[in-house]
Amino acid sequence: MTVLDRHHVRVSGAPGAQPIVFVHGFGCDQNMWRHVAPAFEDAFTVVTFDHVGAGASDLSAYDPVRHGTLQGYADDVLEILRELDLHDVVLVGHSVSAMIGVLAAVAEPEHFDKLVLVGPSPRYTDDHGYTGGFTEADITELLDSLDSNYLGWSSVMAPLIMGNPDRPELGAELTASFCRTDPDIARRFAHVTFLSDNRADLPRVTVPTLVLQCTDDVIAPVAVGQYVRDAVPGARLVLLDATGHCPQLSAPAATTAAIAEFVR
Amino acid sequence: MTSPPSDASDAAFREALRQDDPALLYDRAPCGYLSTTPDGLVVRVNETFLTWTGYRREDLVGRRRFVDLLPVGGRIYHETHYAPTLRLQGSAREIALEIVCSDGRRLPVLVNSVLDHDADGVPLVVRTAVFDATERRRYELEVLAAKRRAEESEARALQLAQTLQQTLIPPTPPHVPGLDVAAAYRPAGDGRHVGGDFYDVFQVSTDDWVVVLGDVQGKGADAAAVTALARYTVRAASVDHDAPRDVLRTLDEVLRSADTGRFCTAVVARLRRADGAWQATVACGGHPLPLLRRRGRPATSVGRHGPLLGVFPQPAFTDTDVPLRPGDALVLYTDGVTEARRRRGELYGDDRLTAVVDEHRGPAADVTDAILRDVMAYQSGDARDDIAVVTVAVE
Repeated sequence: MTVLDRHHVRVSGAPGAQPIVFVHGFGCDQNMWRHVAPAFEDAFTVVTFDHVGAGASDLSAYDPVRHGTLQGYADDVLEILRELDLHDVVLVGHSVSAMIGVLAAVAEPEHFDKLVLVGPSPRYTDDHGYTGGFTEADITELLDSLDSNYLGWSSVMAPLIMGNPDRPELGAELTASFCRTDPDIARRFAHVTFLSDNRADLPRVTVPTLVLQCTDDVIAPVAVGQYVRDAVPGARLVLLDATGHCPQLSAPAATTAAIAEFVR
Repeated sequence: MTSPPSDASDAAFREALRQDDPALLYDRAPCGYLSTTPDGLVVRVNETFLTWTGYRREDLVGRRRFVDLLPVGGRIYHETHYAPTLRLQGSAREIALEIVCSDGRRLPVLVNSVLDHDADGVPLVVRTAVFDATERRRYELEVLAAKRRAEESEARALQLAQTLQQTLIPPTPPHVPGLDVAAAYRPAGDGRHVGGDFYDVFQVSTDDWVVVLGDVQGKGADAAAVTALARYTVRAASVDHDAPRDVLRTLDEVLRSADTGRFCTAVVARLRRADGAWQATVACGGHPLPLLRRRGRPATSVGRHGPLLGVFPQPAFTDTDVPLRPGDALVLYTDGVTEARRRRGELYGDDRLTAVVDEHRGPAADVTDAILRDVMAYQSGDARDDIAVVTVAVE
């Protein structure tokens, strides 16, 4: 199995053009980008993929040691870039994958042209003089709620055989596979995601960086977005008038416009 | 055919129908209903939900989002999985959440949501049905706890198996001055069970070594206990007895008197160096004969077949002396090698093994690894039996 199969890598857009790589976060898969990524196909080589454990990735490639840190996920990203021989990359990382993108860009900056961090948080739990928005007890509760959904997650993994009469444009194939996540891997990924502390990595970013932040996000509050902007040298912050943690779904046009303004 | 309702049930029927107007159904339904904007702001809620949670309508409508009613952990789950799924798929089903009630109490619920769109696909409204799942959650937690216990127990069993296996199979053979010794072991299947194969390489005195390789019938903890017994019996007996046939006889007696109900096969080679020249003495009990490959010549089997160990009264084993010269190699193996089968049933056999041994005339590790690789490839990577190989080459 190649790296590209392992991550169900999809490449579209203009061949040979500057690559833009969209990286999904915890809890979902590359379908997260379906309202945003196509807008870049005219002028970019557009790459999307699934983290191991999500979507149509190869679950057997999950390695508790490698994937026990965000660096392991960053190494996966770098492997994909190497396999596709991508340089001058714009990496758009959502949620935890904003930090995965930061780690990849710090490790091998020569691959990267720009970073777009959507709803980033370098540390989710509060610390002395730092507000991440969550206590460790909150994270424990999240892990418990993942457990409660053990059965729910399992059924999410199974194809949902249901029509979508309201949105026939989605088609049967796509309705079957949104946000599939292996429950066991999801739980471990949640550990890694929500107990990481990548604050020290932010000043080491050397490529131009855009922080996209929703005005009302319970996962990554505005103060955290501001912290990231201040910590990454030269970073810009754009506040999106959007609710929730997934502006690429709740406000795809504004998200697309903000990314385009930065990368085009 | 249904019979016409009697007067009494007819009245009940009409009364129930009268009660079932849509507004009453909405408010008095046996599940909570919430309608929200696509971003989750509550626009309408039914009485059942309010009764369950203790909120007043004016606490929620136009003021709270659905996600605000969840505890923090649930909010993260909602934002990272539930909301995206709903957006992408237009629906989310059987999601287990807890609602934080007005008095702080938590109500376990199962939630189904649909997202309705207009003709252009623009999201309009989220309709959510909430089911009280208190009892179900309790049951699920029990199931989950049982699953965790089973997983832990399996992990412990695997750990135990591996630890046990490592005591029966030395990870690397010891360094023997003047000899090049290599060993390989591959448990059957997924490696979760302790196999019956074992080997050992140990020193009795200066320039006096014993190599033993054997196969205890069966698998698992019972077989492992017999394997340990066999291995330590060979060690102890080799101190008292120079001749491998006497070591095998002792092992046979011990196995029979231990009443394990398991038999065993083994090959013992005693390796002694005198005046700079090595000599091997080989005895076999129910075990495939080792291969001897002399420098520049094809490999042949050496030794004499002997009876199974732990089965027959008064068995006789035979020693065979084999002078070893520089470049010679002795290959001991278990029947997991020669009796490996292809899917259609054909045996790996002696000839294939001999060919591999003839081909690899480098260091002992080369031929050992080559045998393991070839046998595994022959079985398409799925070993049905343990495989053990020990190669002793004279430097």
